[in-house]
Amino acid sequence: MTNATTITAQPGQPIIDIERIVDAPVDAVFRAHVEADLIARWLGPKGYEMDVTRFDPTDGGAYEFTHRNPEGEEFAFRGSFHSIVPGERVIRTFEWLGAPGHVSLESVDFEDVDGRTRITSRAVYQSIEDRDAMIEHGMATGVTEGYERLDDLLDA
Amino acid sequence: MTITTDAELDRAFLALADPVRRALVARLSRGPATVNELAEPFAMSKQGVSKHIQVLESAGLITRTRNGQQRPCHLDPAALEALTAWIDTYRLRAEQQFRRLDDLMHDLNKGEQK
Repeated sequence: MTNATTITAQPGQPIIDIERIVDAPVDAVFRAHVEADLIARWLGPKGYEMDVTRFDPTDGGAYEFTHRNPEGEEFAFRGSFHSIVPGERVIRTFEWLGAPGHVSLESVDFEDVDGRTRITSRAVYQSIEDRDAMIEHGMATGVTEGYERLDDLLDA
Repeated sequence: MTITTDAELDRAFLALADPVRRALVARLSRGPATVNELAEPFAMSKQGVSKHIQVLESAGLITRTRNGQQRPCHLDPAALEALTAWIDTYRLRAEQQFRRLDDLMHDLNKGEQK
């Protein structure tokens, strides 16, 4: 049983909000966001390898990592940790080096829900074009069952 | 008309932000229908349904053909694919990532209990 992920991208706003409950205490979920060896085990698309080449999770610290897909293509990213409040919040910037200068600002909040953790994240892009490019880039996963998924869309 | 720009995407999502229009789209996903046929299940005038159809048409989600006196409505599969693709690519990526986080949490938890 997988917890539901809520993704909200309002028309006309360069923002994506994501909410998700994780069945683990806040401490563990927070660690998975600020420890390089842990983040490398989950961040990014499935089947991608992740090399973290720089990771300084302090206020003003920087990070850099590279994702490698099964075909061997590499995608490099970097950003800064603006602020880190242990067990509560991470605010960081995010930039794909394939489109330098298009930087988003991400905040990730952690909240205890009876021993589980609610992750609430907001990414703010410099423009709606940036937001949509981010969504479209790096994902060429097949989208063929349009009608089946339409049912989900319509039931939502 | 295909949905490629942000403005078109916005229009399509706004068009679907209405339960009657979603029901019309769901009906049309099973095949073309005339305005009369579409109006039947609703406690709504034919004119009311026509307005909703116009919104869907200008959003590029449906097209109308002429068949004698009738102008049946058709769903535009390509337009819908553009919408679902937009949602699905992002959702899929986020879901995959969170499932990996779930697995990591599971592993950490097992490790700590040893």
